[in-house]
Formats: sequence, C-alpha cells, structure tokens
Amino acid sequence: MEQIIQSLLHDSNTQWVVLSTMLLGIASGVLGSFALLRKQSLVGDAVAHAALPGICLAFFIIGEKQFLALIIGATVSGLLAMYLIQLITSTTRLKQDAAICLVLSVFFGIGIVLLTKVSQQSSGNKSGLDDFIFGQAASMTGSDVYLMGGTAAVLIVTTFILFKELKLITFDPEFAKGIGLPLGVLETLFSTLLVVTVVIGIQAVGVILMAALLIIPSMAARYWTDSLGVMVWISGLIGAISGVSGTLISTLGLGLATGPLIVVSASCMFVVSLIVAPKRGMIAQWTFHKKGIAAKTTGSYRKEGA
Amino acid sequence: MGYEAWILLTGSLVGISCGMIGCYLIVRRMVMLADAISHSVLLGIVLAFLVSQSLNSIYMLIGAAVIGLATTIFIQWLYASGVPEDASIGIVFTTLFAIGVILISLFAKDVHLDVNHALMGEIAFVPWNTIVIFGAEIPKATATLLGITVVTLLFIIGLYKELKITSFDAALALTIGLPVTFIHYLLMTMVSLTAVGSFDAVGAILVVAMFVVPGSCAYLLTDRLDAMLAISALVGVLSAVSGYYAALWWDVSISGSMAMMGGVIFLLTWIFSPRYGLISKWKKSSTPLKEQEG
Repeated sequence: MEQIIQSLLHDSNTQWVVLSTMLLGIASGVLGSFALLRKQSLVGDAVAHAALPGICLAFFIIGEKQFLALIIGATVSGLLAMYLIQLITSTTRLKQDAAICLVLSVFFGIGIVLLTKVSQQSSGNKSGLDDFIFGQAASMTGSDVYLMGGTAAVLIVTTFILFKELKLITFDPEFAKGIGLPLGVLETLFSTLLVVTVVIGIQAVGVILMAALLIIPSMAARYWTDSLGVMVWISGLIGAISGVSGTLISTLGLGLATGPLIVVSASCMFVVSLIVAPKRGMIAQWTFHKKGIAAKTTGSYRKEGA
Repeated sequence: MGYEAWILLTGSLVGISCGMIGCYLIVRRMVMLADAISHSVLLGIVLAFLVSQSLNSIYMLIGAAVIGLATTIFIQWLYASGVPEDASIGIVFTTLFAIGVILISLFAKDVHLDVNHALMGEIAFVPWNTIVIFGAEIPKATATLLGITVVTLLFIIGLYKELKITSFDAALALTIGLPVTFIHYLLMTMVSLTAVGSFDAVGAILVVAMFVVPGSCAYLLTDRLDAMLAISALVGVLSAVSGYYAALWWDVSISGSMAMMGGVIFLLTWIFSPRYGLISKWKKSSTPLKEQEG
C-alpha cells in the first residue's frame, strides 16, 4: 500500500499512466453500455483479437514500435474483422456466434504467425509486442500514455455529444430513421468508436481481455438502474475504478500483467452489484420473495439461484 | 515413427476430435460457449497444478473438466438471472481466464507452465515428451489425444440419435423424454476434455479455431449431419497438415499457422461451395426466377 502511495505521489509517469487508464476505463464503460444494449458485447472480443495481425503488420512496415502506427494498424484490422463478421452472417447460413468465433480465431492465428516473424526479426522480444497479449500499462511511457489518454478523452466527449442520437439508434432505429437521422452514418460511427476504444486499450489490457472492460462494467451498472443516462455514468465509474486499481496493483513489482488485474477488479464490482444492488440484486430479489410478492415474475430466478 | 510424423498425427487428432465436436456446437449455436470454455480451461490447469504439484495430464484433465462444467453452469446461472447470453459468456470466461493468468504469474512461473505456452501451444516439443504404452514409445500429448479422439468417436456413435434430436429439435427431444440437460452438460464436458487435450498441441486460443473452422466449412457444404461430421474431421486434418508445412516454409508458429490455413480453407469454401457458396449464390440470383422454380 505504501509503495502504491509513494509511486502515485512521486512518479509522474505513474500519475500519467493512472490518469490514462482511468480515462480508458470511462470510455470503455460508456461505449460498452451501448454495445451491451445493442447486443454487440462479443463483437468487441473479436475486434480485440483481430487487432493483433494489424499491430504486427504495422510493426513490419514501420520497423519500430511506434504507438500511433500500431494503433492505426489495429484499427484497420479490427474494422476489417467487424466487416467480415457481418459479411459472413449475411451471406451464409452461419449464425453470428459462429462468425464471431471464426473471425476471432483465424485473425488471432494470423497474428501469432506474424508475431513469431516479428520476434525473429528484432532479435528476441525486444519489440515488446508480447505486451499486447496481456497488457502492460505500467511499461507505457511518455507519448504512448498521452495518446491513449487523449484518445480516450475524445471518445468520451464524442459519445456525450452524440448521446441522444446513439440512444435513439440503440432503442428505436425505426423512429430514428423516421425523424431523418442518418442511420448508416451513425451506425458506422458507433462501430468506429467501439473499435478505437478496444484498440487504444490493447496495450494496457491486452487483446485477450480487452472485451471484458467493455462488458463487465456496463453489465454491473445495469443492475443499479433502468435509465441509460445513469447506467453510462455508473459504468464509466466502475470502468475507471477497475482501470486505476488494476494499474496500481501491477506497479507493485510482482510481475503481474495489468490486463488480468483490471478484469478481476471489474469482476469484483460486478459480483458486488449482482448481490447488493437494489431491486435487481440477489438480496433484494430474495427478500422480495420472502414477502411472497410477485412469485410469478421472479420464479425462474429463484429456481436457478437456489 | 519420425519427428515429423508425430507432429502431423498430433495435429490431425486435434483436427478430428475438435472438428467433430465443433459440428454440434455450430448447429446448436453454442460456439461461443466453447470459446469461453477453452479460455477458462487455463484456470483448471493452473488449479490442478497447484493442488497436485505435478503436470500429470490426468490431473489436468480432471481440473479442466471441473472448470469447464463450472463455466457452463456460471454462464447458465447468470443468463437465468437476466444477464443477456453473450454478456454472461463474456463476463464468466474473461474473469476465470484473468484469475488463471494471475495465478500462473504468482505461483507457477518457474515450472513448465508459462502463459505463452498455454496460449499458443508448442507442438514442436510434443515428440520429445514420450511415455511407453504397451511397449511402444509414443509422445504423451499424442497418447492423450488418441484417447480423447476415441472417447469422442464413442460419444458421437453411441449417442448419435440423441445428439441429433436434441441439436435439431429440442422440443421433440423433451417430448419423447430425452435427458436434454444431461446431454448438454455431457457435450460441454467433451468440449472441456478436448480443449485441454489439445492444449499442449495448439494452445487455448487456437483450439477455438479447430472447434469452429472445420465445422463451419462442413456446414456450408452439406445438409446431412453424418456427412458434415466426416467433412469437418477431414477439414480439421487438412488444416493441421497444411498448417504444419506452411509453418515450416515460413519458419513461424505452427499452431498459428494451422489456424491461418483453416481460415484459408474456409475462405475457399465460402466462395466456391456448390450449394451455399458466394459464386453459386450469385449465379442463382442472376438466373431468371422462372428457371429457378422449374
């Protein structure tokens, strides 16, 4: 604990890393809420895995680990993966889950192939691309940190400016179309926002676990409220807390990657929400039942929960 | 048998067992569940190691089966309590996987159980780690996979009708009194066993490719379940073998290359499949409607 406070007070790099993972947590919490309601939770998972070949290719072209180039590469291959998932679902009889899994695993395989090529080229693991698999926020420095934090801030601001529009296309796309909103443009914009969130988080959280940062905070938030406006705030807060606590624990020097720690922090908050949240939480549901009210509506819950 | 032959055999066994199980996952729309299980199996392996302090594959299989079932049950339970299905999958497997990674880095760093190995497998090392069975020296991983492939075959042949009915018409299965839930959990146990058996060879992430790619190709080529199973096993073997040679050619990760070649085979199937391919679809839509009806 002392160690954490020390590095927080005195190490300006740690301060910046913590600030940017906090912004990242907010951005993914906020955009994750929309993804959850649009039933796109696992698309984020595919995009994160699919970013790996893009990162490696960018590294090949540039020849060094330049964060901006890697991010662009990751965004391109992430968007390509998203497009392929839609294309497979619409032109074959494979369902979305199979398409997601297919694209995810094949892209990741290609990523691993390219990664082995990269590490051959740059004598050992000097490239540090391995960090992208599990995330190592603590090892980020200077401009990478500013870029991640800055992009996250832009994502948050964009989402809040477009909050009403995004809300409409999520809940009532027909109506949105009816009042003349450019549905296609907004859909593409949302996909891009989602992909960029995933991509900037990859170095901090890693390709395998990045999706968790989209899903877990928003689902935890869903337990506390029925209003999207409130949910977005709570989700952003949970994302921020997980980002900060995960990063701080990983600076302790136990050799722990940041990604898993961020995810476990988020999961703890999810479990707390699951148990104590008013109305939807387990305790509330349970006491509700004791009183014998509405046995019908919560019947299935009781049966499975017992 | 030579070094190369063992690797090809091991890869092919992964292709066959995962490919056939994968068919059921695709028609039952449970692919993501297999993805989740193959990630969380990592936790099972770590826990088995921490409890038994050995890397014996029996303990690993038990640990994986337990965690695999736990994953399925947790997901089911969250889903029943109102969490959307994809979100419940996403929450459960990322959490279990994260715990697994943390435990490895904390307690099992020095043993032969590093995270990269678990993720990407190391099929190139498989032939060197042998045991003697019935007087013959065969690689451990290959022996495990051989056992798993036999069990998979017995499972599919023995429960062929039951699996078919529960996969295609769950309502009918319930009406005629088939144990639908039991078969579901049995299938999930098979997924965990196959995933952990393939772990050494292809690792946690790429085993997903073996579950989904061959089955998807087969699904685009045929409408019959028995044909689908056969094609899927064949595609599994094909991607393993071509993946191995591609990896030799470019000097890259073998497991990654197997997944990549699977992707290539899928791409070809997607374009050229006589029944459901893009070309035949395009031809159909360009021929006049009357001809199609006639």
